[in-house]
Amino acid sequence: MARYQNIFTQVQLRAAPEMGPALPPGSFDRIGKGFFNYWMGKFGNAQIGPIYLGTLGMASLVCGFLAFEIIGLNMWASVNWDPVQFARQLFWLALEPPAPKYGFQLFVPLAEGGWWQMAGFFMTTSVLLWAARTYRRARELGMGTHIFWAFMSAIWLMVVLGFLRPMLMGSWAEAVPFGIFPHLDWTAAFSIRYGNLFYNPFHCLSIAFLYGSTLLFAMHGATILAVGRYGGEREIEQITDRGTASERAALFWRWTMGFNATMESIHRWAWWFAVLTPLTGGIGILLTGTVVDNWYLWAIQHGYAPSYPGTGTIDPATLPGAPQ
Amino acid sequence: MSTYAKTVTFGVTLGSLVLLTGCELGPKTVSQVGYRGAGLNQINDPDHMAKAAAIPAAPYAVPEDTGPLASESYQNVQVLGGVSAERFNHLMAAITQWVAPPAQGCNYCHNPENLASDEKYTKIVARKMIQMTWNINTKYASHVKQTGVTCYTCHAGNAVPQYKWTDAVASPNPGRIRGAKFGQNAPDPNVGYASLPSQGFTDYFQNANQIRVASSSAYPSKNHVVSIKAAESSYGLMMHLSSSLGVNCTYCHNSQSFRSWSLSRAQRATAYYGIRMVRDTNDQYISSLQSVFPAYRKGPLGDPYKVNCMTCHQGLSKPLGGKSMIADNPVLKGPPIAQAAVVPAEGGPNADETVPDAFNTPAAMTDTTKATQ
Repeated sequence: MARYQNIFTQVQLRAAPEMGPALPPGSFDRIGKGFFNYWMGKFGNAQIGPIYLGTLGMASLVCGFLAFEIIGLNMWASVNWDPVQFARQLFWLALEPPAPKYGFQLFVPLAEGGWWQMAGFFMTTSVLLWAARTYRRARELGMGTHIFWAFMSAIWLMVVLGFLRPMLMGSWAEAVPFGIFPHLDWTAAFSIRYGNLFYNPFHCLSIAFLYGSTLLFAMHGATILAVGRYGGEREIEQITDRGTASERAALFWRWTMGFNATMESIHRWAWWFAVLTPLTGGIGILLTGTVVDNWYLWAIQHGYAPSYPGTGTIDPATLPGAPQ
Repeated sequence: MSTYAKTVTFGVTLGSLVLLTGCELGPKTVSQVGYRGAGLNQINDPDHMAKAAAIPAAPYAVPEDTGPLASESYQNVQVLGGVSAERFNHLMAAITQWVAPPAQGCNYCHNPENLASDEKYTKIVARKMIQMTWNINTKYASHVKQTGVTCYTCHAGNAVPQYKWTDAVASPNPGRIRGAKFGQNAPDPNVGYASLPSQGFTDYFQNANQIRVASSSAYPSKNHVVSIKAAESSYGLMMHLSSSLGVNCTYCHNSQSFRSWSLSRAQRATAYYGIRMVRDTNDQYISSLQSVFPAYRKGPLGDPYKVNCMTCHQGLSKPLGGKSMIADNPVLKGPPIAQAAVVPAEGGPNADETVPDAFNTPAAMTDTTKATQ
């Protein structure tokens, strides 16, 4: 009997794969018979599959595939269907949203951004269907719906960037292009256009929650691994006993910083930090251009942009006789 | 170790090495160019910095500006007529050295049977280019300061300057996605290999499109409707400036607010005049030669080769490393009459001296006694 079950010593079961209870009538079947992989067992459970796709899962994959194909084929077409250039320029290629002249009109010519609208529609539908699937799967297993709500937080940010903010601004051109470098350049241009996004307080909050998430993740992960020798990964079942991994982990933090989360609350901390990252970020994006046009000037007005000595440089456009 | 593990290890190692090939190895030099703590640094990779072109020795010492005028000694001297024949000849020798292919020499522009003839297009272009040089050295002293430019600044021994641009060809299939890049999303050196729009030269160096995209008001206004796409285009132009000068953004800007002039270095004002200089040069002196240039000196849309920042700068913050060739070629300083009369520089009096001394001593800017916006 192995006592210390952690990543290095975990016992891998080998038997007939666990197939789960019978599905209620009217369900699709679970796909696959299940198999074992030794190396996957080093990262998680050694049993792979079966998987339940169901109606929502299949619809989500179809929509996701359509979005992926629309984006990929548009990119490939932009290099005249040249496979070599497609591979070489892949990180640069993009599917761009419609130009400003189209405003927020529903139907834009396909080559002028209509494909972008369709890709966005299918991508959004795909993730929403997948979110609905996480809700339904959780309910079927008698779980809470925390994963669904966390996923919805990420979808909120995505929808703000690609739909809600462009709608409020009255222009699809405000939305993000699909593409590796293009969306990064868009991000930088967005900050420059709106006078430095770092002065957007909701951007600040989002960063705080993002970095906070990584910090909490590191603290919690480290704590549980550190008490792995006492079976710390069996977190909840130990919380009422003395001298357990759970109590040691709690005491470590109480004696280190005076306060300790509980085995239950640490997961609430982590969940809220993760959820608040895109939630606050989405609010910040939504306010940009609609409520505030230059975050740096806004921050000066509200007294929280640090001030540096002026350089004495004058805008030449304000000087008499200067070319405009 | 199993074969499987060995394969995985080998693959991961190889992949990591491939990813590292994009890195520039070797030490970098960092110099502070502004107030402390704001990241106002210039970072250079000494191994990859552009080298200034070697300045060729003058054909012979610049002669005294005496004796008969060029207009008295030669026929059909339309632009340089007011210059002494001695200096006129000196300039001709220099231009031959700077621009003409060695195999052709004088004959690149002149008919050897009749030097006064305007039959070669190159002679007409050269005449206009001398006027252009005068315009730059007088009207745009705000940009070229006392260093000035000569033919060699751009030509550097080439008949056609190495760095130039022409109007971009629009998508070959309008209304279709095939080949539709919208002037961006390609690894283009003009935008520092970003995916930014790289065809802004027509917008900004020929037409006077608005480069400033950030608002002067904290709140939205109907007077400032600027799309993100316009910001990307402007950003692409800035990447051209950055790569042409071999500098990073903080050479001119404080990233706290790219828009704020009072946080910017004086170099930004110099660049402001430079952009107008480029526009003026393309508009007044190059596009006007469209009918003169032969087709093989034009772009695919039939517009002549035009200038941008790279044409002169060639990767250096100061063209030719800041060395002035004006003293050896005084004729190019400005038109003979205008040199006597004072031509007001753009930007008002003393515009060429507006670089505050403070910028030469960044340490002085770390004075914390008084902070201003």
